[in-house]
Amino acid sequence: MTREATFNGFVSLALLLFPLWAWWADEPFMITLATKVAILGLAGVGLNIALGLGGLVSLGHAAFFGIGGYAMGILASHAQSYAPLMEWPFLIEGTKSMPIIWIVALIASAVAALLIGALSLRTSGVYFIMITLAFGQMLYYFAISWSAYGGEDGLSIYVRNGFPGMNTLDPIQFFIIAYVLLMIAILFASRLARSAFGLALNAARQTPVRAETVGIVPYRLQLVAFTLSGAITGLAGALFADLNRFVSPTMLSWQTSGEIMVFLILGGTARLFGPVVGAAVFIILEEILGDFSDYWHIHLGVLLLLIVLFARGGIIGLVAGEEKRHA
Amino acid sequence: MHDPVLSVRNVSKSFGALKASKDVTLDLLPGEIHALIGPNGAGKSTLIQQIAGGLKPDSGSIHFLGRNVTGLSTVERARLGLGRTFQISALAMEDTVLQNAMLGALGAHGRTYRFWQPVLRNRDLREIAEQALERVGLTDRADMRTSDLSHGQRRQLEVAVAMTLHPRAFIMDEPMAGLGASGSKSLTEFLDQLRHEAPILLVEHDMDAVFALADRISVLVYGEVIATGTVDEIRANPEVRRAYLGDDA
Repeated sequence: MTREATFNGFVSLALLLFPLWAWWADEPFMITLATKVAILGLAGVGLNIALGLGGLVSLGHAAFFGIGGYAMGILASHAQSYAPLMEWPFLIEGTKSMPIIWIVALIASAVAALLIGALSLRTSGVYFIMITLAFGQMLYYFAISWSAYGGEDGLSIYVRNGFPGMNTLDPIQFFIIAYVLLMIAILFASRLARSAFGLALNAARQTPVRAETVGIVPYRLQLVAFTLSGAITGLAGALFADLNRFVSPTMLSWQTSGEIMVFLILGGTARLFGPVVGAAVFIILEEILGDFSDYWHIHLGVLLLLIVLFARGGIIGLVAGEEKRHA
Repeated sequence: MHDPVLSVRNVSKSFGALKASKDVTLDLLPGEIHALIGPNGAGKSTLIQQIAGGLKPDSGSIHFLGRNVTGLSTVERARLGLGRTFQISALAMEDTVLQNAMLGALGAHGRTYRFWQPVLRNRDLREIAEQALERVGLTDRADMRTSDLSHGQRRQLEVAVAMTLHPRAFIMDEPMAGLGASGSKSLTEFLDQLRHEAPILLVEHDMDAVFALADRISVLVYGEVIATGTVDEIRANPEVRRAYLGDDA
């Protein structure tokens, strides 16, 4: 096993054992923190497909995170008020079922990513960053003005949505759900990175002219990657809204996009567990430093600066050395 | 005479006042190496880009395998079997040598949209890639990172990636650039064999290689083909000597 694989195993285990310990010690808040790491890590795993593998620096992934969140909020709010979403031409009712909400969140954010990607990918570099940011902000302001679903105040859901056979209000059970989804997404991302698609996407990032001269269209590859990426981040959004039992335009704000990107930079861009490690460090810092000062971000800023200057591979790069993408 | 595999007919291209290609006509015949030579700034790269699909000519047409490809993109021309190497290596430097070769194989065989199976375990693609690497002599470097290759090895890999397409014609933009004497000698021998698989349009500054390899030579000066002919004809051509070769060639 490579050092990175060993470290990844350690991270997976630690993320599982910590909430189990908290459960034993009756510290539900700690379980919630671990759940937050798993969910935000999942959002980062999504972004990592676009950014890490595809080199697409999206500053608009909050859009997909928020769409996932609103998919949950809208469906659940209709279910709790017993008012159908629409009655004509066919009846669509709200739902409190997590699996259905996840599917809706996945599809809605995938469609959004497909549309946003189709337009944004016609640009590259700093223009791509700006146009994804612009789309994200459009959705943010749309959500603020959408008074039917709470506008600026957001939407509260009184009871967490259900998953067959589980009590999702029990923190440890909800954690397990988030953890399993995270692991599935990581498995998918790892297969993707080593697949034909991953090889081509990675090459198109490094040398688009070469891709074209062997008959590969970089635009199409990148659009598929962006769509997959947005869908996974959207799923994380649905879970995040369920964790808080609340969704608001904040989920769509550009700060959220920035935070997801920070997870990647902290943990290691294009590293499989980079987003999870980054999200964990972020949450830990937020908890510890946030106790001392509301301005804890200044410390995060220093850390980010150090990583960008001295450890481009992030924390995983420091621990496991340079990446090897063989076999 | 055989039909040309690739033919450029009356192609012109201007950038503002600069005429980069002036009514250029040239053919690439089966089995031949057709060298394109000319001083710096003569418009060789512009012409190559128009043939490969990166630039559209202002007028004239380009035919490949009997088909007018003037309106086709780089990708479409590649799929028809136009293999290209670059003057400055265009390789995925973070990837291994084998991965670069695999890229050509999977692009050419339309197997890009597979999301689950590890591509390096795909036997068919791997065989194509390994075969190409073996032929350019990079088998023992297959697992090296491309950025760790020497300059000469990168040039070899360029050729190998183009070969994985099993192309019907090669366009090689200065494959000898930056190679030492022994490197360009072995690449010369290799291209000498390769022409029997697919003809090569060769842009090259290394005159020893050009004179050793070329069946025909076209000389481009200020965007214009001033002469086309065999090695002896070109050497003897007074206009070419004045414009490019100098008197001691």
